[in-house]
Amino acid sequence: MEPELATPFRERAGRALDDRFLQEALTVATTKFITLRREAFAELPEGDALRDQARAIKEATLQRLDYWLERLIERIESRGGHVHYATSADEARRVVLDIARRTGARMAVKSKSMATEEIHLNDALQAAGVTPVETDLGEYIIQLAHERPSHIIAPAIHKTKGQVAELFARELGRETEPDPEVLTRIARAELRQKFLDADLGISGANFAVAETGTVVLVTNEGNGRMVTSLPRVHVAVMGVEKVIPSMTDLAVFLAILAKSATGQKLSVYTSLVNGPRRGGEPEGPEELHLVLLDNGRVRQIAGPLREALNCLRCGACLNVCPVYRQIGGHAYGYTYPGPIGILLTAMLNGPAAVKDLAHASSLCGACMDACPVRIDIPKMLIELRREVDQQGIAPWPERAVFGAFAWLLQRPRLYRLSARLGRLLQRPFVRGGRIRWLPGLFGEWTRTRDLPAVARRTFHERWAALEREARR
Amino acid sequence: MTPTAALMITCLGDVLYPEVGERIVRLLRGLDVRVEFPAGQTCCGLPLFNSGYHAEAAAVARRTVAIFAAAEQVIVPSGSCAWMVKHEYPGLMTSVAERTAAERVAGRTHELSQFLVKVLGRRRFRSAVGGRLTYHDSCHLLRGLHEAESPRALLRELAGAEFVELPGSDECCGFGGSFSVRLPEVSTAILDKKLGNVEATGADCVVACDAGCLMQMRGGLARRGSRVQALHLAEVLEVEEPLGGAP
Repeated sequence: MEPELATPFRERAGRALDDRFLQEALTVATTKFITLRREAFAELPEGDALRDQARAIKEATLQRLDYWLERLIERIESRGGHVHYATSADEARRVVLDIARRTGARMAVKSKSMATEEIHLNDALQAAGVTPVETDLGEYIIQLAHERPSHIIAPAIHKTKGQVAELFARELGRETEPDPEVLTRIARAELRQKFLDADLGISGANFAVAETGTVVLVTNEGNGRMVTSLPRVHVAVMGVEKVIPSMTDLAVFLAILAKSATGQKLSVYTSLVNGPRRGGEPEGPEELHLVLLDNGRVRQIAGPLREALNCLRCGACLNVCPVYRQIGGHAYGYTYPGPIGILLTAMLNGPAAVKDLAHASSLCGACMDACPVRIDIPKMLIELRREVDQQGIAPWPERAVFGAFAWLLQRPRLYRLSARLGRLLQRPFVRGGRIRWLPGLFGEWTRTRDLPAVARRTFHERWAALEREARR
Repeated sequence: MTPTAALMITCLGDVLYPEVGERIVRLLRGLDVRVEFPAGQTCCGLPLFNSGYHAEAAAVARRTVAIFAAAEQVIVPSGSCAWMVKHEYPGLMTSVAERTAAERVAGRTHELSQFLVKVLGRRRFRSAVGGRLTYHDSCHLLRGLHEAESPRALLRELAGAEFVELPGSDECCGFGGSFSVRLPEVSTAILDKKLGNVEATGADCVVACDAGCLMQMRGGLARRGSRVQALHLAEVLEVEEPLGGAP
């Protein structure tokens, strides 16, 4: 079980709401991301068409995933790379640890990767005597803080610059102003030697191009390039759904990925890794390994969460989600936060894991609107709620209430009577047409909001008079 | 020929805001529309659907389709209920005949502002309230039915009131049906942000086209003792007197 899950979700969310620093950091960062994304797409008239195209490519690739994976494996192996298929997180960890052991690795530099977070690779490396060093600035910050990413692309989004300065002072002994530029320079200096000393470079992958056997990394700091080229051995861990057929397809995705994520036209670095160092090449790793991670994904090709396999991990749905914007990523409790994270959590951990999280959405649809490949996240959240109800995971009183409500809605006479009953029951609580306090479930509403009283006469009860009015 | 419209007054509108329904009836009659209120209607079933009770929602959908099967036009004064009928009803049906019937009703169903602007082609109204108005996009109307323009067209051209845009008008108010009581703290935090934006516009009134959003925003405004009112679109529209000499 994840460490955060000891407390119920609602309580975790409540704590996040009370965290002044978190609130400040979240508001600033998500507002900035939203504005930048909107501006980037405003300058791209073909944006909508590209999004449709990207979605179509993803769907077509999923249709023949086995074929494209075979092509990819064949191409990578023909260049001297190695491909490993891991059915589970445990298998993926074992593959990486075996490589580390065989090559005698003592230190691994890592570029930002949600897939390695998903399989909790850092803990496993540490336990096996290999020191993992995160080299993406955000990841570096949270590694120093012994935390986990709270956003798919901005792992330290929950921290203010003041908090980072305090962290650097405490962990690195470097007192400094909370100036992002100065802080970055400190991290850069700390990391430089690590790159040179590391035996192992571990990365994720944004895409892998089947026809050319290319592993594609999109980064902003250049650390990805160093991770994949300086150490003797490079291991990339990638979800199986990230394979795309061709370079032409890649161009479509690159045109929308950074815009959706950070509002950049392109990210600063787009690294295309084409196998290990070959004879005559001055640099590059001696070994390249690609770990293809299934971990519940393949099952969903024919499952209710299929569409979630189209996700590019851009984080746009997190930035626009009113719930994420209030509670941040850690409150969700699993590796992947936000609206898409709920779906991915269900994919990796089963529907029981999201019995509360499936309801952590007002179903406002902002996520689907922002998603570069238009994943219908609200539809799948509702689908998960349905699964949770049907499998009896939802608490019985809740199922009883909804059952009774459905029964009532099919009996119009009783439905109309229930308004009268409501009028009777509410009597002690109504003041000036409003209710300021109610017990029980309704109390969850009235603690912060007034509730309108049941009207003295419902619309149904007024209709006869309205009809007479028309005849006059 | 006088158009006829069947009103679908769903649960919150029936029980909590009947005066909105009344205003709609008078507004439509003022525009020469014959208004019907088919007997036996209850709720569109959206609360059941959104919480994952699909078999139950389908049962409610089936009877609602039957009740409105004969209607020429169906008017729903709430974006989310309109979305439920238009977007989800057909998919809930299990037989071809049922599905065809549901699609027929869906095709004839309009949210109120859409009916006024797109079906009747009426944009000029007089304001029933004075001062400055702003508009909150309900999520289902905006992103579900892709309707941002009709309500704004009506409010912009409203005689006797000033319309201002609401910053972040496309952001959720935090209602979300059962979400508002399952996670009341988060729901309220989202609402507070919305109401802060509303108050910053200096508007006297925030207009919405969804009973859920209105319940949420009114509840929050009353609790904070705000002078701002949250009103349904129908509560601010009045039919303009025919202008003397106009063609």
